[in-house]
Amino acid sequence: MENLMTACCSECTHSPSQPCPDYIKCRTEGPICHDSEACRQKRQQLMDKVQVSPDKPHRRVLVCAGTGCISSGSRDVYNRMEAAVKEAGIDDCEVSITGCHGFCEQGPIVIIEPEGIFYGGVGADDVEEIVEKQLKNGEPVERLLYTEPTSGEKDKYYRDIMFYKKQERMVLKNCGHINPEKIDEYIITGGYRGLVKALTEYKPEEVIEEVKTSGLRGRGGGGFPTGLKWQFTAQAEGDQKYVVCNADEGDPGAFMDRSILEGNPHSVIEGMIIAGYAVGANEGYVYVRAEYPLAIKRLEIAIAQAEQYGILGDNIFDSGFSFKLRIKAGAGAFVCGEETALLNSIQGERGMPRVRPPFPANKGLWGKPTLLNNVETYANVPIIMEHGGRWYASRGTEKSKGTKVFALTGKVNNTGLAEVPMGITLREIIFDIGGGIKEGKQFKAVQIGGPSGGCLPAEKLDLPIDYDSLIDAGAMMGSGGLVVMDETTCMVDLARFFLTFTQNESCGKCTPCREGTKRMLEILTRITEGEGKEGDIETLERLAKSVKNTALCGLGQTAPNPILSTLRYFRDEYKAHIEKKWCPAGVCSALTVYKIDPDKCKGCTKCAKVCPVSAIKGEPKEVHEIDPEVCTKCGTCMENCKFEAIYKG
Amino acid sequence: MTNSIHEIAGADFILAIGTNTTETHPVLSLQIRKAVKEGAKLVVADPRRIELADIADVHIQHKAGSDMALLNAMAHVIIEEDLYNKEFVKERTEGFEEVVEAVKECTPEWAAGITGVDADTIREVARGYARAEKGTILYTMGITQHICGTDNVLAIANLAMLTGHIGRENTGVNPLRGQNNVQGACDMGGLPNVYPGYQRVDDPAVREKFEKAWGVKLSPKVGLTVGEMMDNALAGKLKGLFVIGENPLISDPDSNHVIEGMKKLDFLVVQDLFLTETAELADVVLPAASFAEKDGTFTNTERRVQRVRKAIEPIGDSKPDWEIIQMLANAMGYPMNYSSPEEIMKEINEVTPQYGGITYERLEKQGLQWPCPDTDHPGTRFLHEGKFARGKGKFHAVRYVDPDETPDQEYPFMLSTGRRLFHYHTGSMSRRAEGLETVYPEEYLEMNPQDAEKLGVQSGDRVKVTSRRGEIEIPVRVTERIQPGLVFASFHFRETWVNKLTNSARDPKAKIPEYKVCAVKIEKVS
Amino acid sequence: MSDKVTLTIDGQQVTVPAGTTVLQAARMAGIEIPTLCHDPELTSPGACRLCVVEIEGMRNLPASCVTTAGDGMVVRTNSPDVIEARKTIIELLLANHPEDCLTCERTGQCRLQEYAYHYGVKGDTFHGERKQFPIDDSNPFIVRDMNKCIRCGKCVRVCEEVQGRSIYSFAYRGFDTIPATAMDTPLAESECVFCGSCVSVCPTGALTEKMMHGVGRSWELEKVKTTCPYCGVGCNFDLNVKDGKVVGVTSNAEAEVNGRALCVKGRFGYNFIHHPDRLTKPLIKKNGEFQEATWEEAINLVAEKFKEIKQEHGPDALAVFTSARCTNEENYLANKFARAVLGTNNIDHCARL
Repeated sequence: MENLMTACCSECTHSPSQPCPDYIKCRTEGPICHDSEACRQKRQQLMDKVQVSPDKPHRRVLVCAGTGCISSGSRDVYNRMEAAVKEAGIDDCEVSITGCHGFCEQGPIVIIEPEGIFYGGVGADDVEEIVEKQLKNGEPVERLLYTEPTSGEKDKYYRDIMFYKKQERMVLKNCGHINPEKIDEYIITGGYRGLVKALTEYKPEEVIEEVKTSGLRGRGGGGFPTGLKWQFTAQAEGDQKYVVCNADEGDPGAFMDRSILEGNPHSVIEGMIIAGYAVGANEGYVYVRAEYPLAIKRLEIAIAQAEQYGILGDNIFDSGFSFKLRIKAGAGAFVCGEETALLNSIQGERGMPRVRPPFPANKGLWGKPTLLNNVETYANVPIIMEHGGRWYASRGTEKSKGTKVFALTGKVNNTGLAEVPMGITLREIIFDIGGGIKEGKQFKAVQIGGPSGGCLPAEKLDLPIDYDSLIDAGAMMGSGGLVVMDETTCMVDLARFFLTFTQNESCGKCTPCREGTKRMLEILTRITEGEGKEGDIETLERLAKSVKNTALCGLGQTAPNPILSTLRYFRDEYKAHIEKKWCPAGVCSALTVYKIDPDKCKGCTKCAKVCPVSAIKGEPKEVHEIDPEVCTKCGTCMENCKFEAIYKG
Repeated sequence: MTNSIHEIAGADFILAIGTNTTETHPVLSLQIRKAVKEGAKLVVADPRRIELADIADVHIQHKAGSDMALLNAMAHVIIEEDLYNKEFVKERTEGFEEVVEAVKECTPEWAAGITGVDADTIREVARGYARAEKGTILYTMGITQHICGTDNVLAIANLAMLTGHIGRENTGVNPLRGQNNVQGACDMGGLPNVYPGYQRVDDPAVREKFEKAWGVKLSPKVGLTVGEMMDNALAGKLKGLFVIGENPLISDPDSNHVIEGMKKLDFLVVQDLFLTETAELADVVLPAASFAEKDGTFTNTERRVQRVRKAIEPIGDSKPDWEIIQMLANAMGYPMNYSSPEEIMKEINEVTPQYGGITYERLEKQGLQWPCPDTDHPGTRFLHEGKFARGKGKFHAVRYVDPDETPDQEYPFMLSTGRRLFHYHTGSMSRRAEGLETVYPEEYLEMNPQDAEKLGVQSGDRVKVTSRRGEIEIPVRVTERIQPGLVFASFHFRETWVNKLTNSARDPKAKIPEYKVCAVKIEKVS
Repeated sequence: MSDKVTLTIDGQQVTVPAGTTVLQAARMAGIEIPTLCHDPELTSPGACRLCVVEIEGMRNLPASCVTTAGDGMVVRTNSPDVIEARKTIIELLLANHPEDCLTCERTGQCRLQEYAYHYGVKGDTFHGERKQFPIDDSNPFIVRDMNKCIRCGKCVRVCEEVQGRSIYSFAYRGFDTIPATAMDTPLAESECVFCGSCVSVCPTGALTEKMMHGVGRSWELEKVKTTCPYCGVGCNFDLNVKDGKVVGVTSNAEAEVNGRALCVKGRFGYNFIHHPDRLTKPLIKKNGEFQEATWEEAINLVAEKFKEIKQEHGPDALAVFTSARCTNEENYLANKFARAVLGTNNIDHCARL
């Protein structure tokens, strides 16, 4: 038997062309259509290969084949590993690829199961040693183990690593542990049970009720109650309805949707089929950005396999419900993550937002009722269906249920994807999971929710985060980007950086966004270049308010958030730039001055010698001085000073 | 038109046959686009792949001059498949049996042989039209400018009556009139057989009415049509001609024949804005004022009478046509003393029943569609509601005939003529509108690539086109939009004087010349 | 669901049919809300955001042109927030707009100018980049000065929704967004047929009638509504007159048949009126040459000749070609002239051509 689909014997009546509600059960726990111990064993063997455990002989070497690990060379690792295992004659050991573990900076990552040993930074040259020591002799390769940044201790096991310890991986559970290109592994680890349950035990409106009970809210940013959205779409009148998955992950730094599609594409497909059943849609589209070729490939494979298994197509599990799924590759415009612009893009039109209302639930794709959720939202659906809405609702906070995946980046020790329960504090994410600030520097702020989000200062570190608390604090959940900044980050420059992005990504349709982001960016740029003038802050605030109040779509309405939040928490920094022509973080080169600390200067004359513009004067053995008028701020003096006497300020 | 222009947008099935609407009636074509946008089925029947065909559901590219075969085959299908509106036929029409008989043999397969159109397509279109709720037929000169022009129109009328697609909103038979006031010129008695309001000159009662109104004895004899006038001039029977705002040298078929006729006249008076080709032959030329320099009314294709308002004084010593005619009448001893066009309209109100209620006072607010018999009447958006003008609608048994000229060994091509978007009629106005002339400075002969290859010509090459009546030189434009064997050019340009080639053979009833088909030969000019 | 809704706009109770937008409802109540991208004959993109209003219970300031009036809605069209937002939008548009109102063709008819004046916006708030586009005057009819474009998209929509041609579409993104032809070619190289509908809806000087450049200021032009002299559709438009000359044709929204739509001939084919070829004096041919004559000479000659022919050969030796380009009144007189004066029914015109 090659895979789950293969009939175990001639008595087996199951096949995709003869759909049956018990199909999945029969193929995993079965056979149940006939009784045969031999067949049961055959099936069990297939299961055991995937579900390895210490009491059984099977082992798995899992090589991460997410985009991050591939770019650090995991393909070679995989190829060498497969060859080496074969060469070493190790039986019952499968070398497999997996999706992303979310800990990309440790890549390429190799996991040995069932032990759960975690190796990071594995190169092709390390393969022989792993095979020799670990696989043959059960000895770990110490140097490839992960070192905790805080304690300096090495963790042998995945489960011990602090980065994972505080996480609650539901959506990402399978990512990194199953082969995303094999539907069997998804099914064996519990996949498509939610769909079976929905189609066989629930009426569509009961599915919606379950989702409503779960309290799930849209993971794409807005946090709209998912069940309600489904209900609106179900109630909307239309001969044809659509289910669309927004996989146009546009926030810089956010890659949870990509990871889910690459690491566990079936969870999204399953969620979409359930959604289609619930709202009465027989067609679905996944709108993925073309910059995610691997996600598209894995999704294509997954769709093809699901079709082959009869999970997509006509009369799924003999329920009478049919569902088709197509992929539409987007050309990579940030605004196409906005749902109505996305719909235009699927229709082959320019990605410009439409006016809402009418909402897509009533008039969406080609004017038909359309349900739009993002990848992470759909990936939560099978979990809800499997465990029940009430179970799901027991996690998280009062108004934000379940977990959220954050993309942790910036000046933290551990960067990567972290799935945490709603209500966790920023401090836990940044200091426990993230391992604190790099190089022992001071935490200054964290940008939450991508370029449209907001910037929160240290006093918000103990804020339990959910949709509503973030809005109150002047940020937003967004897609879950978390950019951590330390003392060396200039907040004006940060706002300028994000405005550069939103301004570039404005679609140009409405005046406030098209013209307003441009002018806000110009003012910010001026301030960082030392050309700020009195009244700039007030103009920025007024403009930001108008743009927020009047822009057509979410992109425009949230574009001023980085300005508004940095002005709220770091107004003094703006003032310093404008009034004192000084960048406190020492980032804005036009506003930085190089100075010599008289206490440290030994008068060695080195700096004066290397200065290309002779801006430094001083007698040997006496304290030197930099003439700020002449200095070009090239930094050569600082690099060359042996006594660390030169500083920026 | 039996309907109004805006009603086209409300149709659910449109058959546009022999009308290049986007070029000849650009603003009206917007209503077709609107209908299509709202889901109407559009069938375009035209030997050329005109622009309208691009938005059509079906384009019937039938052979030039084969319209009757197509229309009769449609009638055949509608009767054969029992798709006709029995109630309408019974209540509102007569002569049904004659049509049944006439189209009995006109199977789609028979028509396919003549039209070159697939029999199933004819069936599909016939069914679509018959089953439509609001089917409408639009046509122009592509239907009428044939020796069987009148019969073509009757064949269309047969279809409308068979299906009951007439006399209701959005559905009817809609000839689109070509020139700004061609409808009004007809309404006002600019025809040899009728006084204003289509009252026949050979009806003694009518004649008596006009004799009383005008205070003179009137001739009971039906007059000559334009073509017949030329024949009579050549024959020496017509001596004097007064041409007002016309340029028959360019616009009439077989121009050489027209020139000869004009030259043969004893006395030719031309009244125009410009010294047209015709005016050049005149003995006296009278300078007329343009539309911008006078008050009056125009009646458009949907019978809507609208105001023309004087914006500027007449140029130079030119005068409005009505003033000149009045001067002439007075000089000939018939007193006319109208102080303004409004006063003339008052007289029109008296003698023209359809215009009875159309006054300047009412027109100040809005246009009025005739029939509008009295000042309380709101005008008529669509005709034949409940009852036809003559009582019962009469079916006519009409049969296909070949065009007067068909291609032969000597003249192997068919030439069809028409109009272009950027120019108008003989070009006397549009060719003096600088921008139009810049964008469209010269005419070309449309030719299918297959024919071009055979003749060894490419776009831009000049060819000599010869018919039995004359020859011209013209550059070629090779295009797939035209079918093999057919060539097309407009008649707007004197430099490429297309009407020197056309055939003056006329429809026996309406006397309309067969501009749409004549046989020509084509040679490359080296 | 009731077919009427009642809402309060600026304290005034307004009852409107269900489905009416807040903008329409306000206008029905006589409350003016400024708009740039809205056009009652086109779809509403809600793009310019000038028509924003405050509605109780709604976050942000919704655009009234795309917000459906709801029962019990409380709308404020002139609250401080609304006024400030509108001012900001006008400031933003002016910041990327040439300051050449002095010489702009559209001056006096420009919606941007009008609103800037109304809201007291001077246009000196932001000093940053201004887009610089070459002016497209590649064709004889339409000048496209994209520097004056405010991206309201009316040209895009009128061309697509009314004319069905889609010559324009938005191209580029963000601050660089502009309505452009396919591949951003000059209009002359596009498929444009120069109906000029885009010009008729453009709220600023971005699209103007080339032939009307420099002929007069909008307030100097007298507009005379009349009927087109070309095809039989009977479009109405305004002749624009200055100093006794027709200097242009513009759409008249009241036109029953055509609304603001016209074709290239109707809108741009008027300059035959003042063409130097116009006949200004009667001409009499003597010895094969035309010589100018007085009206008296000419009329007498014609009358004499016609009488002579009538006497010698009978009335049917005479004939009249009347014209489809003359007015009804003139055709009526021509018909009367032929029948009552000449005594013949030999009258016809080009109805068959």
